[in-house]
Amino acid sequence: MSKQPRDNDFTIKIANVNGTGSASANTLLMKTFFRMGIPVAGKNYFPSNIQGLPTWYEIRASRDGYICRSGRVDVMVAMNAETYRKDLNDVAPGGYLIYDSTWPRAKQLAREDITIIGVPLARMCNEHFTRARERVLMKNIAYVGVLAALLELDMAVVRALLQESFAAKPQLLESNQAAFDLGYRYAKETFTCPLPFRAQPMDATGGHIMIDGNSTAALGALFAGATVVGWYPITPSTSVIDTFKRHAERLRRDPETGRTNVAIIQAEDELAAIGMVLGASWNGARAFTSTSGPGISLMSEFLGYGYFTEIPAVLVNVQRCGPSTGMPTRTQQADIMACAYASHGDTRHVLLFPANPEEAFYLTAQAFDLAERLQTPVIVLTDLDIGMNDWMCRDLKWDAGYQPDRGKIMSREQLEKIEKFHRYLDVDNDGIPWRSLPGVHAKGAYFTRGSGHNMYGAYTEDAKEYQAVVDRLRRKWETAKQHVPAPVVEYSERHRIGIISIGSCDGAVREARDRLVAAGVATNYLRVKALPFNQQVQDFLDAHDRIYVVEQNRDAQLRSLLLLETRVDPSKLVATLHYDGLPILAASIVDGINRDLAAGKAA
Amino acid sequence: MSFLQKPKVSHPGLPRNELGLTVRDYEGGMSTLCAGCGHDSITAALIQAVFELSIPPHRMAKLSGIGCSSKTPAYFASASHGFNSVHGRMPSVATGANAANGELVYIGLSGDGDTLSIGLGQFCHAIRRNLNMLYLLENNGVYGLTKGQFSASADVGSKAKKGEVNQQPPIDPCLLALSIGCTFVARSFSGDKAHLVPLLKAGMRHRGFALVDVISPCVTFNDHEGSTKSYQFTRKNAQVVTYADYVPPATEIRSEQAAGTVQSVTLHDGSRVLLRKVGADYDATDRTGAFDYVSRHQAKGEIVTGLLFIDEGKPDMHQVQSLPDQPLNAVPYGKLNPGQKALDAIQARFR
Ligand SMILES: Cc1ncc(C[n+]2csc(CCOP(=O)(O)OP(=O)(O)O)c2C)c(N)n1
Ligand code: SF4
Ligand SMILES: [Mg+2]
Repeated sequence: MSKQPRDNDFTIKIANVNGTGSASANTLLMKTFFRMGIPVAGKNYFPSNIQGLPTWYEIRASRDGYICRSGRVDVMVAMNAETYRKDLNDVAPGGYLIYDSTWPRAKQLAREDITIIGVPLARMCNEHFTRARERVLMKNIAYVGVLAALLELDMAVVRALLQESFAAKPQLLESNQAAFDLGYRYAKETFTCPLPFRAQPMDATGGHIMIDGNSTAALGALFAGATVVGWYPITPSTSVIDTFKRHAERLRRDPETGRTNVAIIQAEDELAAIGMVLGASWNGARAFTSTSGPGISLMSEFLGYGYFTEIPAVLVNVQRCGPSTGMPTRTQQADIMACAYASHGDTRHVLLFPANPEEAFYLTAQAFDLAERLQTPVIVLTDLDIGMNDWMCRDLKWDAGYQPDRGKIMSREQLEKIEKFHRYLDVDNDGIPWRSLPGVHAKGAYFTRGSGHNMYGAYTEDAKEYQAVVDRLRRKWETAKQHVPAPVVEYSERHRIGIISIGSCDGAVREARDRLVAAGVATNYLRVKALPFNQQVQDFLDAHDRIYVVEQNRDAQLRSLLLLETRVDPSKLVATLHYDGLPILAASIVDGINRDLAAGKAA
Repeated sequence: MSFLQKPKVSHPGLPRNELGLTVRDYEGGMSTLCAGCGHDSITAALIQAVFELSIPPHRMAKLSGIGCSSKTPAYFASASHGFNSVHGRMPSVATGANAANGELVYIGLSGDGDTLSIGLGQFCHAIRRNLNMLYLLENNGVYGLTKGQFSASADVGSKAKKGEVNQQPPIDPCLLALSIGCTFVARSFSGDKAHLVPLLKAGMRHRGFALVDVISPCVTFNDHEGSTKSYQFTRKNAQVVTYADYVPPATEIRSEQAAGTVQSVTLHDGSRVLLRKVGADYDATDRTGAFDYVSRHQAKGEIVTGLLFIDEGKPDMHQVQSLPDQPLNAVPYGKLNPGQKALDAIQARFR
């Protein structure tokens, strides 16, 4: 974002109280930008609570296509008296604050360097609507009307959106339209419209959708053919399962029997959830669970079991702010280490790191192929920012020719022919043994155990036999490098500085790189998409003298992982961190890099 | 621990079941439990039961937690898939496995530590789901594998080998199961194979969660004077309330089976359980009556054994979830893939 807001380049923030029904108003506003062809991002900052606590919704319009958090507020809609003072302070100089002038504001709550716009939202709605709930709800639509006038939103788009939302409820359409008009007319009559910065139609959102990553992860699992789900509710992952269920009930229903080809089991806790997933996968179904940090902690024992017994499993970990219960409704990337080595003993897991909802779709689907190909748990690490916020993504495509990669499963015919089946024998020399499914053939029978076993699957406490198995598991890890998605690399030999990043940092890194270029600092960029790291990651590390590792946690976990899993000189890797629970800003990256560069020059 | 393979020499005269298999075809690896351990007798009864039911070995799955008792899957049915999970978590694995394919016979093996302490939650919730499985609890009142600590089934006043007396009230798996809707509740004694085998068979044929709690003395840590889970104590205080007879579908009932006061319960596959009742007015279909009877006798220091309760009419997990008849692990991908058109329709709402 430039220093001053411009047309299609500004941020609106709406301060509200949760439980007052502002979500649909905010979505209406966000979608209006999107349909006007303006790149937009919606970020919801909500409390871990059902009703009565402060909540904010932020809409960034960006003609340059930057869809990370902007870190500034050009227009504040201050609907929450309790946070008014803070909200007032947050407005960038030269910005605007809209408040409900039904009740007078204290004098000291003023600022000289911004414009304050009072709209009697409550009074207008109380006069116009009779029912109590409607009076509360419609205030939200009314401020959308105010913004529409101030920002010159396309009225046809707004009308169409309202019509679509309330197609089934004509009386609701009427009141929403009326509330919108109240705000719109008041603003038009009272203020100079539009503001110096406006929403102007563009053509930059075609072929895109506005979607959250929990929805897309759910769709990824659905399209990959998942049939068994074990889960336990936890913010911010719950809507992965909610969405999966909603679509599965419709799209997986057998028209003849009326029954659905899916079992979604709400478990008693996360230990049971992952146990169910392992049981189902062991039995040949594609199964997954979705959770967040505390759930990963509870699943750890079983994750080690899955690793050692080589059972496929897919987990979506929508990371939230830790440690412990932490801040359930705030975002972080602080489970990287916990997931990489979840469980005791020499355990390591394949991880996937989507950067946005689009990738959450494809990588969640791919996780099933990887889990079965590699016969091991695969954890997809998204975060609250990806999972619960609305991101502009390219349309999702599903390859019509896709067939699940079920990996090495002995068929009935193969078992019939074979002399003797051994579960953990590395017959193909790639570290991946063959498995058999229960119920298929007596010759396929084997014993799955988390205790010491030899390459034939029998119990062992023999030093050599045990070691042969764990060494082979390490070879499988090497094989995994050829299967996991490659990093995204933007590289030019001319540039000496590298940035390595992960997941939802991507948008902020991109914006930061543009700003750095404008300031004369060109960078190369690598974004890891998976653990294990492959050769490209090593090459990138080798090719730079100074690499900024950008991530959203306090302890530089990605940096630690790079140190552990590659041959990199630690002094090259500069931790560039953001971990306050809010999504990362381009500014924090630019500042971090500039600080380091300045220190280097001074030295 | 099944590293010792039993030599498989079948006597030509051994009886064969409907599949033409002998009892030896249902055996497993050599037991490594202590000589005289009650768990070994249970394994023998289990082998007998699955042999007599003519279950194709590859159509059953054996699952367990951790403990001496949880090693049982290694000691029978080598031709069946086995799953020795983590401590106390077998029910969840069984739930997932069962959801993926409801056609197999699921046999869960657990101990009193595995079930009543670390695994109490999963045990209860599998019951609540009426998961279709046999859940065999090999109950010795101690943690055998970790050398004899009291388990949650130890009775108040029961004495440990080193003299410590248990003060905490026990969790009785049968009373607990009755109180949370279990549809098949039985108790038996590892030292009474004739009593146990029909219960195991009926439990496997019951559609829903079948708990068979078997008092199974730990000869090494809990078979001494003062223990209430010893062979001697159990023999003395077991009070059989029903003898079960399992009658396969379309089988005539023999006259001696019909003798006395007999209660017949028909299972969903047409087989029947005949209950010869010792206490004439015991009704194994009356949940509160069963609860009352067992608690009253327990208070007198008696161990009530038999099929204590059965309700064949409750939907199991598959029915509650309305799962398709075709196992989910066998549904072809073509039927699971909603396709691009459906994806487009979904995406239309995100514009
Ligand atoms: C998470 C975990 N904690 C502790 C143990 C140690 N442990 C192994 S078996 C066992 C108790 C088993 O008791 P029970 O289920 O009654 O089996 P028994 O040996 O008496 O047949 C314990 C505590 C373990 N394996 N895993
Ligand atoms: S310790 Fe007890 S339970 Fe374990 S094998 Fe020995 S006798 Fe059986
Ligand atoms: Mg025990």
